[in-house]
Amino acid sequence: MLNIIYTFWITSIASELEYRLNVIVEIISLIGNIAGTIFTLFLFYQQGSNVGGWDFYSSLIIVGIYTLLEALTISILHPNLSQIVKHIQDGTLDYVLLKPINSQLWLSLRKISPWGMPSFIAGVILIFVGLSKNNIIIGNLEIIYAITAICSSFILLYSIWFILATTSIWFVKVWNINEVLRSTLVAGRYPLTAYPPSLRTIFTFVFPIAFLTTVPAQALIGTSGHQNILLSLVFSISLFIISILFWKYALRFYTSASS
Amino acid sequence: MSKIEVRALSKSYRVAAKKPGIAGTVNHFIYRRTKEVLAVDNINFKIAKGEMVGFIGSNGAGKTTTLKMLCGLIHPSGGYLRVAGFSPLTRDKKFLRQITFVMGQKQQLIWDLPPLDSIKVNAAIYGLSEKECSNRTYELASMLDLGDELYRPVRKLSLGERMKAELLAALLHRPSILFLDEPTLGLDINAQVRVRQFLSNYNRKYGATIILTSHYMADITSLCRRVLLIDKGRLLFDGLLQDLIQKLSPSRSVIIELNSPQPIEQLSEYGEVVEYDKNFVRLLIPRNDLTSKISSLLIKFPIKDLEITDPPIEQLIGRLLS
Repeated sequence: MLNIIYTFWITSIASELEYRLNVIVEIISLIGNIAGTIFTLFLFYQQGSNVGGWDFYSSLIIVGIYTLLEALTISILHPNLSQIVKHIQDGTLDYVLLKPINSQLWLSLRKISPWGMPSFIAGVILIFVGLSKNNIIIGNLEIIYAITAICSSFILLYSIWFILATTSIWFVKVWNINEVLRSTLVAGRYPLTAYPPSLRTIFTFVFPIAFLTTVPAQALIGTSGHQNILLSLVFSISLFIISILFWKYALRFYTSASS
Repeated sequence: MSKIEVRALSKSYRVAAKKPGIAGTVNHFIYRRTKEVLAVDNINFKIAKGEMVGFIGSNGAGKTTTLKMLCGLIHPSGGYLRVAGFSPLTRDKKFLRQITFVMGQKQQLIWDLPPLDSIKVNAAIYGLSEKECSNRTYELASMLDLGDELYRPVRKLSLGERMKAELLAALLHRPSILFLDEPTLGLDINAQVRVRQFLSNYNRKYGATIILTSHYMADITSLCRRVLLIDKGRLLFDGLLQDLIQKLSPSRSVIIELNSPQPIEQLSEYGEVVEYDKNFVRLLIPRNDLTSKISSLLIKFPIKDLEITDPPIEQLIGRLLS
């Protein structure tokens, strides 16, 4: 199994490196994004010293976690999940289904893109800056909590994305899910409590952005109880299981684009 | 024991019924009407191990749909299916290891990389060791006459080279059942001949069962003794290609070159005159009295040359389907 994923990734990195100019474009867009976010935060904090109970440097931690998730999105989620709709449209899903391998695994891990690396580094730096400026010394427990929370966020995001992409088996052209999802994710750049209560409810229950960034950040700062982390873990694993079942169900309706 | 068994297989699709034009589009957006289309209608056949069978029929006859059901890609609406002892629907890993499906108009090779990289991915999926992979690659490459092409990015290959590389990637795991959907689509004559030779060698060497669809009748005539003729989802004929030809054309075409022009009335006593151009005449003579008619033709007329052929099969099938 690991051997298969290793071969997948080696070939997909080789394929990405065929286009060298991409590196520069990705790095420029990353710098632009982070600068924009920090500038917005900076404007917020000009007036008051905290937004929704978060001070500037604590918010940086959230931006850091957001950037980290963005890195995973660029490296793993986007290259794979955004292709699902295309596979279904073109009928190349046939080749995936004909291989003696779990098709969801293939569709989710077939590719990896090295362009998430800069974001990953930037995310880690932002988190450290946020932590050190706040004079927070994190213990092992917080690290375990935070890593668990970030993993749950990732699984959560993956499952939602995968489920939405699966619906293209029926609808074939799913109105650019990828873009909608990514732009909704942007809401996770700011602390949940910064939003008005109505939006907060939506971001917790309808589109669980709260779990994506705020909970992991709270875990790091130590303001989150373990119930929240447990909740986010349970939530993400359940959605993951649903995504598996849903995919199996949907395949029965696959008609394989005609040739 | 038969490798493939199909009983009362059917597949129906729901398709949108939309009228053309803006009004039709708006109407369709609001009231979505669909209709049931029967793509495959109650088909029965058996295929034995090592057979090479040709699927023929016009576009949209249901050939590809049938192939896709046989390899478990789409779910039949009804009927019984067994391929290599498995129900394809379950997509059992043991089943998938035994089959391959090559589609002339889709490709599995990674576009930006040389075919060898795609081959390595497949080797990993099928659990082949590096040595086994390179042995098999070498063997198939020499059968397919592929060399340097394996090291060039797929996007730089010609259509023929790409198809051969596709075949290599699809056969790396040495499947015993091959489903080939238009494997020679768009290839030039030389490449078509190569692919055909390769398939026939592969069939002989590994005793593989091959089912093939093609619009090039030459593919079918040179590879398959047995054909299945499908039209509008129904199986019209299942048997030897020779018998199909016999059935479709009870006459053979006889071309004669005469030393001097002869009156058409006299010639038409022997058969239907299809072409008449001074010294050249083409006649259709029923198979049953072919020999007697020809011997009397040779006695009566000053004949310089004579050729007996079957009418082109494309014409025959085209006539049948129209």
